[in-house]
Amino acid sequence: MRRTVRFIATDLVKNKFLYLLAMPGLLYFVLFCYLPMTGVIVAFKEYRLDLGIFGSPFNGLDNFRFLTVDTASVLRVIFNTLFLNALFIGIGTVLAVLTAVLVNEIRLVIFKKITQSLVILPNFISWIIVSVFAYNFLNTDSGILNGWLQGLGFSPVNWYNSAGLWPGILVVLYVWKTVGFNSIIYLAAIAGIDPEQYESASLDGASKIRQMWHITIPGISKTIIILLLLAIGRIFYGDFGMIYGLVGDNSLLFSTTDVIDTYVFRALRTLNDVGMSSATGLMQSVIGFVLVFSVNAAVRRYDKDSALF
Amino acid sequence: MKHYSTADKLVVGFAYVYMLVFVIVAIIPFMTIISTSLTNEQYIRANGFDLFPHDLSLAAYKFVLGRGSTILNAYRVTVIVTVVGTLISMVLTTMMAFALSRKEWRMAGPISFLVYFTMLFNGGLVPWYIVTTKYLHLYDQLLALMLPYAVNAFNLLIMRSFISTVDNGIFEAAKIDGANDAQLLVRIALPLILPGLATICLFYAISYWNDWWLGLMLVSDRDLYPLQMVIRSITSNISYAASNAANSSIAAAAIPKEGVKMATTVLTIGPIILLYPFLQRYFVKGLTLGSVKG
Repeated sequence: MRRTVRFIATDLVKNKFLYLLAMPGLLYFVLFCYLPMTGVIVAFKEYRLDLGIFGSPFNGLDNFRFLTVDTASVLRVIFNTLFLNALFIGIGTVLAVLTAVLVNEIRLVIFKKITQSLVILPNFISWIIVSVFAYNFLNTDSGILNGWLQGLGFSPVNWYNSAGLWPGILVVLYVWKTVGFNSIIYLAAIAGIDPEQYESASLDGASKIRQMWHITIPGISKTIIILLLLAIGRIFYGDFGMIYGLVGDNSLLFSTTDVIDTYVFRALRTLNDVGMSSATGLMQSVIGFVLVFSVNAAVRRYDKDSALF
Repeated sequence: MKHYSTADKLVVGFAYVYMLVFVIVAIIPFMTIISTSLTNEQYIRANGFDLFPHDLSLAAYKFVLGRGSTILNAYRVTVIVTVVGTLISMVLTTMMAFALSRKEWRMAGPISFLVYFTMLFNGGLVPWYIVTTKYLHLYDQLLALMLPYAVNAFNLLIMRSFISTVDNGIFEAAKIDGANDAQLLVRIALPLILPGLATICLFYAISYWNDWWLGLMLVSDRDLYPLQMVIRSITSNISYAASNAANSSIAAAAIPKEGVKMATTVLTIGPIILLYPFLQRYFVKGLTLGSVKG
């Protein structure tokens, strides 16, 4: 300990300019990341606004009592988080890889460039804007989808009232917004494959499909697996911006769309229940932490250079 | 390259068709909101939304941009937050990234890990909210829309790897010529990583422009609502239009409600769409670099 202190003291003098440069940024991480991390103890306290996080009295596990009272809705929220994320990860990855593999076959450079920059455009708008797009298509009275349905002789669907349809709707919107952008990562990985492999394969008369299957996919499998594992490591975190942006406070849809993050948000903002929301948040953080670490161990075993830490 | 078999031609042809369809799917929603924002409200009420504009009308835009407009005010908030926020972020990120890229500094490793760790674990919403509002007093003020996003760990680590790509020999040579650390940063490192700086700058600007999370959590004063929050309240709260009508002289019944939603949306994504053709190459580049481990 004393040696560390002495090292830092001499280093402070020696590299004072570097400390000075790093200081404002470091202060940011302390205030907005590490201070809240110590604040997780609020999950074990009876929070009082006047006493703050550190002054409020401890109340043991009282804040976790809702788990036994409201088990059904907690389980539902956990299920939704895992189920929706699994859909996003699975379908999103397959389509992003497919897109990258197909784009790779396009030789017309100008076509490739223009289409690529157009398909990543949706990534740069917010989920709030996407919710307006969705409204344009799904709105019961004047939405485009119902217009088409009626044109084909079907009766209109009340989309904002049909919870069962929303996992599908969310997947479509997720794919629409992210696949183009994510495919670029895989395309960069494909660019790293040795072109000689393709040349010798076509000399041997291998068809395009066979080349994709036996050269391209194996060539990027490392990237695919690592990104998959990282996504699985974060599977307990719902995308708040997406779910709240699209569903908002429409409680008719909660049964299939409410995820841990929106649940915690409501507990805090609508019910004003600091105890319950912080307890849920803490459980999510701990499980997420354990998951990230185990996944990282798995990645490390698979390929040491790709491990996160 | 020359002798494609029929099957191969089919595959390549499919690739072109696939991308064309993908492009159409990607841009149709943009078309629908632009069309609806330009369509006469009566037509929308009678016939619903469509992919193409009908009965052209600028009423929605006139209403949205009219006197005492909520949207113009929100535009001001968003522009200020984006410009000032990006500036703060770029200064802090560049300074810290430069320090962390110095190989001779033994604290660079441990501090980089502290930064990295925040990407894996956080205290969750509640402690963050209490710390930000109660201890840092960031509530209902412009700074609350910027400071919580001042440094993005991911952008910082990308920036650090940008600076690390600069050949150390250049720094050594400059040091021998008598340059101090500040000159190394400003005169040598920054000009060499200019394309990288542009990419990070765009990432920051986009995230400030698109943000509504901070507006949702830390702002209740409607005069401080950024654009995205205004859209949220318009779409989730129909009474908004009526309350806005009280300020202007238009009767509530005459408000082009659907048009207003769409016109506001068009105005919000307008700058992104207009600048996109000129900036998209930086996005693609930054993303490929970002996939390289920090």
